[in-house]
Amino acid sequence: MTIHTERNPATGTPARTQRASGPGAPGTELPDAPRAGRPPRRTDGFWPWLFVLPLLVGVATFYIWPIIQTFWYSFTSWGVFGGATFSGVANYVRLLSDPQLYQSLLNTVIYTVIVLLGIPIAVWLASLLNTTGLRFAQFYRVLFFLPYVAMPAAIALVWRIMFNGDYGIVNWFLGRFGIDGPYWISTPGFALLAVSLVGLWSSLGFSMIILGAGLKDIPPELYEAAELDGASRWRQFRSVTVPLLSPSIFFVVIVTTISSFQLFDLLYAILGSTNPVIPKTMSLVFYFYSAGFIDNDKGFAAAIAMVIFVLIGIVTLVQFRVQKRWVQA
Amino acid sequence: MPAPTPAKGRGRRRALLGAVAAIGAVALLAGCSTSSGAASSGSDYEKASKDTKATLTYAVWDENQVKAIKANLTGFNEEYPDIKVNVDVTPFASYWTKLQTQGSSNTLPDLFWMNGPNFQLYAANGKIAPITGEVKAGAIKPDEYSSALNDLYTYDGTQYGVPKDFDTIGVWMNKALFAKAGVAMPSKDWTWDDFQKTGAELSEKLHADGAYGAAGGMDGQTTYYDTIFQAGGNVIDKSGKTSEYDSAAAEKGLQFWTDLIKSGASPSIKQLTDTTADQWFTSGKLAMYQGGSWFRSALTGTDLEKDVVVYPLPKGKEQATVIHGVSNVVSANSKNKVAAQALQVYLASKQAQQQQGDMGAVIPAYEGTQDAFTKTMPDADLQVFLDAVDYAKPLPVSKNTAAWNTLETNLLPSAFDGSTPVDQVAKDLATKMDTALGKEK
Repeated sequence: MTIHTERNPATGTPARTQRASGPGAPGTELPDAPRAGRPPRRTDGFWPWLFVLPLLVGVATFYIWPIIQTFWYSFTSWGVFGGATFSGVANYVRLLSDPQLYQSLLNTVIYTVIVLLGIPIAVWLASLLNTTGLRFAQFYRVLFFLPYVAMPAAIALVWRIMFNGDYGIVNWFLGRFGIDGPYWISTPGFALLAVSLVGLWSSLGFSMIILGAGLKDIPPELYEAAELDGASRWRQFRSVTVPLLSPSIFFVVIVTTISSFQLFDLLYAILGSTNPVIPKTMSLVFYFYSAGFIDNDKGFAAAIAMVIFVLIGIVTLVQFRVQKRWVQA
Repeated sequence: MPAPTPAKGRGRRRALLGAVAAIGAVALLAGCSTSSGAASSGSDYEKASKDTKATLTYAVWDENQVKAIKANLTGFNEEYPDIKVNVDVTPFASYWTKLQTQGSSNTLPDLFWMNGPNFQLYAANGKIAPITGEVKAGAIKPDEYSSALNDLYTYDGTQYGVPKDFDTIGVWMNKALFAKAGVAMPSKDWTWDDFQKTGAELSEKLHADGAYGAAGGMDGQTTYYDTIFQAGGNVIDKSGKTSEYDSAAAEKGLQFWTDLIKSGASPSIKQLTDTTADQWFTSGKLAMYQGGSWFRSALTGTDLEKDVVVYPLPKGKEQATVIHGVSNVVSANSKNKVAAQALQVYLASKQAQQQQGDMGAVIPAYEGTQDAFTKTMPDADLQVFLDAVDYAKPLPVSKNTAAWNTLETNLLPSAFDGSTPVDQVAKDLATKMDTALGKEK
């Protein structure tokens, strides 16, 4: 299944007949009329296809074809050195009765929810950074964005050391307040929490950049008008900032959800491959990895991959349905 | 992922939705094409003539050994000037993924490094060539290598790999910590009991420093495999089809580590997950570290080096250590098999292995070529690791070793931390391991 939005889901109009509104008209709604001077044409012949061909070939070769293959392999049983034999729905039957699937799904959902909690924080931080007259705003922006461009493996390694139960700075800090910190990365529950917090922290920068760009587009006149009407800062935030920012927020929510569902590297690098908490902490993709590359059971792994694929598709579809209620065009 | 440039107003929203769609379409799926190949399993060998012309690929994973390999190749080319050898280095993390892909399309390198846990997979699927012919012709003499290493690379009665190097396990002792605690160094002829008692006493006396006497951990090769062998047990039976974790001897071998943690001699499993035993030792917080001969490279050049001495593993019912080493194997589908075997034979020679030992970071497998290793830390008595070969047992492996290695890491912690009785965990592990072994193909 693909998450398809050639069309604007709100209006159902094909996206390519629409265009950006002209300069100086932000916030103004223009009707979806074809642009004057260029009469609409039924077809442009093969030329447009020629231009998208390079992209199309890449997508077809590296995404569409592997997806089809994976779908097929999920119904087979693989030898280690290839040689797939059809085994019907056996992989799916085994998968659905494997408690590890549900444990991994639960872990992935918990991780995603915690990372999504970072979005309100990102909205708040982005609007702070957008305050007029703020000094060093650029510097702060760089600071918040750094974790996003840093290598996940490097980030994970540093956090692994900071979370160390005996010598980590996190427990040292908690100790200052008389709290006896847990062995973060080797206690089930705490391990997932620790990984989620790092995930939240490292996604803040990206969300803030998108949201910051969204904030810049809100015309200052609206705030002036609201202020004249006697709206408090909080009221302005609620009634002007949030609604006008909602498309950006929606985008960030979707992107964060999808990337959270694919949690793997952070978990793998923070916990290490021989950590006893892994069965209770693994994510769906980790489950896929361990079936495919540790157990060498690639047919079964393909079935897990299909389940992840469908789940992400469903979640994204639901989000698109629900967004009509809260995202302001 | 670069942030999309937001257009203004409605357009921006559309740009964002478009980007969402694009990301949604990007799935995490990727497939590999398959082709099952018929593998020739000939045990034929003919000595290459001096003017054999060929270009070979030799795949390895350790960049640090390339210099010694190049030196070997210079010697090889004096004998066979027209065989060109390209050394292909792939980091260990991706080495096996790459080999498996090459194995699927029958394009394996002509000669490559093999380790114990992966060996049977390649042998059973006919991907590598036996050395039977070379042994028959007298070109390779298995007697010159440790018999445990030969066993490690023997599948179904046929040997496939020539040992290149090896490692055994010993106890690295920090003399300075013993002195600080005021505990006398035990005799080198020691038992399980001596080890447990010394460990507990050290931990008690070093408590104020946050240091420990001994340490367990989740690495079987340096901990519980050794004690299982010492208790007279086995991890897996000779045929490689049944787990022996539920035997009384294996349970005793596991109990050793539960006792060590319970008495406070060792940090807890949680502590050892956060900070591994070797890290405790290198930070000067562990007096006795049971570790491999490879640990030497972590010590050379540190302040700790002068305080370190090596002890043999303590005796249980018998004396034992795990031995493991890398071997050179020839691809069964190599187009230049004669040339590849010539290289395999050359690398197995005393001359080549002596050179490896003198230049490299490894202990060469050929008997009598190992002096260079002991001389790197003359006061630490590294000879212990060489003497251990006499009573060494091969690392337990099967066709899909990684599958039950995961079971060990998942299940054994609850035995070591005392939360579940050892015999119960051992039985559970044996059952699950048998299932995993049954699925091997």
